[in-house]
Amino acid sequence: MRVVNHPILGEEERKEYVTIYYNGKPLNAMAGETIAATLMSAGIRKFRKTPKYKRDRGVYCGIGRCTDCVMVVNGKPNVRTCVTPVEEGMSVETQIGYGKGEE
Amino acid sequence: MKETQVVIVGGGPAGLAAGIEIAKSGGQVTVLDENKKPGGQLFKQIHKFFGSREHLAGTRGYEIGTKLLEETKELGVDVILDAPVYGIFEGKTVVYSKDGKQHQIKGDKIILATGATENTLAFPGSDLPGVMGAGAAQTMINVNRVLPGKKVLMVGSGNVGLIVSYQLMQAGADVVGLVEAAPNVSGYGVHASKISRGGVPIYTSHTVKRAMGDGEVSKVEICELDERFQMIEGTEKILDVDTICIAVGLSPMSEIAWTIGCDFTFIPTFGGHVPKHNENMESTISGIYVSGDISGVEEASSAMEEGRLAGIAASESLGLYSEEKAKELKGQVWNRLNTLRDGEFGEKRKQSKNVQISRYMEDANE
Ligand SMILES: Cc1cc2nc3c(=O)[nH]c(=O)nc-3n(C[C@H](O)[C@H](O)[C@H](O)COP(=O)(O)OP(=O)(O)OC[C@H]3O[C@@H](n4cnc5c(N)ncnc54)[C@H](O)[C@@H]3O)c2cc1C
Ligand code: FES
Repeated sequence: MRVVNHPILGEEERKEYVTIYYNGKPLNAMAGETIAATLMSAGIRKFRKTPKYKRDRGVYCGIGRCTDCVMVVNGKPNVRTCVTPVEEGMSVETQIGYGKGEE
Repeated sequence: MKETQVVIVGGGPAGLAAGIEIAKSGGQVTVLDENKKPGGQLFKQIHKFFGSREHLAGTRGYEIGTKLLEETKELGVDVILDAPVYGIFEGKTVVYSKDGKQHQIKGDKIILATGATENTLAFPGSDLPGVMGAGAAQTMINVNRVLPGKKVLMVGSGNVGLIVSYQLMQAGADVVGLVEAAPNVSGYGVHASKISRGGVPIYTSHTVKRAMGDGEVSKVEICELDERFQMIEGTEKILDVDTICIAVGLSPMSEIAWTIGCDFTFIPTFGGHVPKHNENMESTISGIYVSGDISGVEEASSAMEEGRLAGIAASESLGLYSEEKAKELKGQVWNRLNTLRDGEFGEKRKQSKNVQISRYMEDANE
């Protein structure tokens, strides 16, 4: 759900894409945008499961303050996806709990 | 350890404006911001500002941001990004992390311009993906150009709630309603009528009872409130939404000011506890200044003016301006600030600012 035409911001001018892997599946990302933006543009809003009750969480603050959007990025857990830009070939996985592989 | 004359924590409108003033006076200044891009909250504001006729009215928020950035570049302000500050220690040593390492920089003066953070609202289901701050939705549509959802319920009718509702509509989302607990809309009438004209029902004296959905929001239950803000049974309504945006106010991001021992005072108009400061924006710790939302949540135009004020005052105390020159410059800023705090909505802020400053003075005179 990208905003291609906008009455104030005009037409989308960015053209460069990179590929990231979301739970192993390739996704088209706009170069330089945040991981959260890529996922949301693909309609993905469940980013992690909480440690105790395994409840789904997604973006809340969008500016790096609340840590609700953390995921496992290139194997590293607790990366705030709303302030981390995508990079070619990046792997992004749903974080379960503390992201150390526990279920 | 690196040393400089002024260290500014936060590169939003307040911090950048402060940096510009110091560089203009010939001072050495470093601005630290934890984001990868400077400008704070300005870049998601795509509506035209009103307020100070002199230079801001009619300009869009992100254009103002771009101008500030150009000015910092021209003047050679040192801006370090991706650098969260986590403490200030003895002798004004600012500690931040960069590239996974700890760094220190010592300043003769420090300006805190860390901004504010959005308040949250708790209700059953408020942790479901799809419930988010209005600011997050605004960042998604205006900065990332991605819709956070198709059918949105906005909670809160302050200016943020009204403006973000309108901007969601501009981006192509359907705003199915706006819920406000108070009996009246609290933001500017012009913003409210824009969304009413767009066909958005405004439910005053209403609140969210719960958000529903399997792993993410798919419905919301709202209900009416009586005059004592209690839910009235039997008035529940279920709306089809996939997103709930919370716009119930902002609170100053004041952790650093607390940890270094600044004196605070409670001013509800400004979002709660704010550091006391004098007419120079100097906190109760000598040489530590505050400006922008941290010193009281207002708006970007006033944040910039407060930043300028702090910058000029810091330059003065470093001997870069004579008392006379500084007085003249500060007077000009105060005039603009007073204009911004005019009118029906501004008056309350003007009074609150006076209270904040007078509480600093009371302490100083004790
Ligand atoms: C969602 C939302 C919508 C708004 N809409 C409007 C509007 O329509 N019109 C309007 O006039 N105003 C609006 N405002 C208010 C306006 O954005 C603020 O008043 C203004 O941005 C305040 O400027 P500032 O410089 O004080 O803070 P900010 O713009 O918040 O900048 C603070 C900066 O400090 C950085 N920072 C914080 N802590 C640290 C740290 N420890 N280390 C390093 N860096 C740090 C942050 O990353 C940020 O870049 C809105 C605010 C929000 C949150
Ligand atoms: S959504 Fe809050 S830190 Fe990312």
